[in-house]
Amino acid sequence: MAAILSFAAIFPLNTLGHYIHWHWIYISVANLTVIILMVLTFVGALFLPFPGRRRRKENR
Amino acid sequence: MSTAEIDRQWTTKLRRKVAGKLPPEKLLPDTQPSYVASWIYVFGVATLASLGVVIFTGCILAIRGPQWWHGSSYGHFINSLHLWSVEIFFFTMVIHLWGKFAMAAWRGGRTLTWMTGVVTFLASIATAFTGYASQTNFDSQWITTQAKDGINATGAGAYFNVLNLGQMLMWHIVLLPIAAVVLTALHVVLVRIKGVVPPFEDDVKPATQKVAVGE
Repeated sequence: MAAILSFAAIFPLNTLGHYIHWHWIYISVANLTVIILMVLTFVGALFLPFPGRRRRKENR
Repeated sequence: MSTAEIDRQWTTKLRRKVAGKLPPEKLLPDTQPSYVASWIYVFGVATLASLGVVIFTGCILAIRGPQWWHGSSYGHFINSLHLWSVEIFFFTMVIHLWGKFAMAAWRGGRTLTWMTGVVTFLASIATAFTGYASQTNFDSQWITTQAKDGINATGAGAYFNVLNLGQMLMWHIVLLPIAAVVLTALHVVLVRIKGVVPPFEDDVKPATQKVAVGE
């Protein structure tokens, strides 16, 4: 329970969201975080080695 | 009944056509081409897995109802599972989309596969929107009152009234999930018929494209 409360303290979900406003760009920090995570995941999926790929190539 | 008469039956014709286009070893293959051994090919099936969790948790929410998902800790838990599986569904689906766009996955007669993916994406957005509209809380009140002017400006408001909770709930739990699941099934069947799109270098060398490598 204490762990849950400390986790909730790191990510308070009952307050107003934070927004980034730069010229015409206006986006919530939550949405921007998700977009950055998606881009990182996409790049990682392209370049991280897939388990067993080398073994498959040797069998080819 | 003569053989000629049997051959003319629509059931016979359909069975032969389906068996020709999608034999069992193509529908449920035991090997995949070697180029599939990359993380970028994982996101399609990750989208399918999260869709399964979305539907399962949605069924539990439908059985127990709004009082339960608002007022009990177990209901909150299933409600959160439903929300977060939707988040993962869109997260993985968009990465799947980026990957397939970069591969030009409509190559090799896969136009219909690509288009069913596009329409499934749009149906999923509509399903998610009606989900937000039928939460039965202040969030859904805010979203629907903000959305009504946009929907009405398109002229669709006469048939699709976002302030009508019953209508939004029916769209969310009946019509749009049926559309999303049927389109997803069609998309997967088309992937199985045409196979996973090869990388560009394999596409220009058809000889390597046909080498299906397992373990």
